[in-house]
Amino acid sequence: MARIFAYIVHKGGVVDDSAFELAAAARKIDPDSSPTALLTGCGPELDAACNSLSASYAEIWKISNEALAYPNAELVRKALLKVLPSNSIVLIAHEHFGIDLAPGLSIKMNATFVSDVLDIAGVDGANLKVIRQEFGGQASTHVHCDVSTGAVVTIRPGAFKPAEVTPGSSTVIDKSNEVGSLSAGRRYLETVVAEAGDVDITKYNVLVSIGRGIQEKDNVAIAQQLADALGAAVSCSRPVVDAKWMEKSRQVGSSGKTVKPKVYLACGISGSFQHLAGIKGSPFLIAINKNPKAPIFQVADVGIVDDILEFLPELTIKVRELHSIAK
Amino acid sequence: MEILVCARRVPDTSENEIQLNRAGNDIERDELVYSINEPDNYAVEEALQIVARTGGTVTVATVGGEDDEEILRREMAMGANQGVLITDDAFSGSDGRGIATILKSFVERGHYDLVLTGVQAEDGGARVGGMLAALLDYPFASLVTSIEVLDGQKLKIAREIEGGNKEISEIDLPCVLSIQTGINEPRYVGMRGIRQVASVPIPTFGASDLGIGACAVGEAAAKVKRVDYFVPALGKGAEILRGTREENIDKVLELVAAKGGLK
Repeated sequence: MARIFAYIVHKGGVVDDSAFELAAAARKIDPDSSPTALLTGCGPELDAACNSLSASYAEIWKISNEALAYPNAELVRKALLKVLPSNSIVLIAHEHFGIDLAPGLSIKMNATFVSDVLDIAGVDGANLKVIRQEFGGQASTHVHCDVSTGAVVTIRPGAFKPAEVTPGSSTVIDKSNEVGSLSAGRRYLETVVAEAGDVDITKYNVLVSIGRGIQEKDNVAIAQQLADALGAAVSCSRPVVDAKWMEKSRQVGSSGKTVKPKVYLACGISGSFQHLAGIKGSPFLIAINKNPKAPIFQVADVGIVDDILEFLPELTIKVRELHSIAK
Repeated sequence: MEILVCARRVPDTSENEIQLNRAGNDIERDELVYSINEPDNYAVEEALQIVARTGGTVTVATVGGEDDEEILRREMAMGANQGVLITDDAFSGSDGRGIATILKSFVERGHYDLVLTGVQAEDGGARVGGMLAALLDYPFASLVTSIEVLDGQKLKIAREIEGGNKEISEIDLPCVLSIQTGINEPRYVGMRGIRQVASVPIPTFGASDLGIGACAVGEAAAKVKRVDYFVPALGKGAEILRGTREENIDKVLELVAAKGGLK
């Protein structure tokens, strides 16, 4: 088996959680392998990130370069190409940076590319067998990849349990000198931080969260009435924001807010992994969806196959009745 | 600006329950509702809006078969100047790299300033745009949520990063961008509009037109192969309430109260 590398995303000297998941994925590809961590950046933050990995990676390659202070995928690609041995297998987290970096890296390495991998089914010579999902998680597939000329594999965040941490020593190898000067056709200017919005959905114990199943803007009121009766807030999934039915500040997911409610009512939400990535703290998850195949039912505690446009108004009436009895 | 949008016709997951076929090697496709891949539709709308501001043309191309003409006509009804069908028996079974290789040959035949794709299709791969850019040696950005045309063959773009934040960059033309949903509000296309373009000829290009050798694309060249479909079994699965609606509502209320959610 070829040498396995894990490209590690880090910020402010802290590595992303995916660093430990990639180590687990590497060991599942080759239990005997000792994956090598690859980090790019510069200054003390890069060193801090490297040092925090000693329990998971025996060898850490760092590329320090001022041009890499902000992770620009094109520059990172050029740097990695200078140091990676031929036929390497490179693991990258399937998040916004990995999506930017991985496809082009695979072309320039002349390596096979497989993305958003959920599990490793096995290795047979140079045939890497992985599990992916299609159709928004409604169907899974086995995919066979010929990795004889190397591979770039992006790994879905959260899909692999982080490798057990065994305190040990690791070697940091400085590869900076092999890289030289870097320039790119895309230049980072600034980061614009998300607007706060009218309601802070991260502060609520109960969220009535709506997805595409709400069907039209006027129906958002149906969810709002239930939320009002419950003392909850209305949050939503990406399609609701895309359609401009709710503000971006209400979106739960990897590109929206991360929430930790006690109860999460997923109403007409299919349950994409990007959405689920925004739900933390294991809330009690109740899913209501017309489609019995909706992936949300695989992760919910309780599921109801019903039309939210009929179910929610009746639920609201019941909640109000309870309140009037209580008074 | 001359803009090429690479689009794809896919089963519409919001309209369909995906079922596996008996052999387990494909999904049951007979009853499926197909439409243009949603992010691709946003890409076409974005191209139309850019051209409305700066002039130029929008070409929509797809790699596929005759059935895929319907999405080209739909996007022409939206306002795209031309639809192009890239089709050849030799293309079938291509993996992401194969599709990117085919598109690269098509891009090199023209003079496009900007190539757009949707961020991902129904297989969730997010592959082709970035691979195409690397094959062309063009700059690339994924998950693009706004585009502003600057002077001097440059764009100012925003990418969607974590937590709803946006990363702003400048990118040189020509480039490839993968477009995220929500970047704009795609215009409505009525049946009347589609009828108006129903007889517009759609040029087709095959492997020999594009100078593509059979060994570079298609099933034989594919290093990534899907071998089956199966029903995912992630997590323990929800306890499905099978009572009447009224019973289910009572149960939900009971659970919400028990979990500390009723005040």
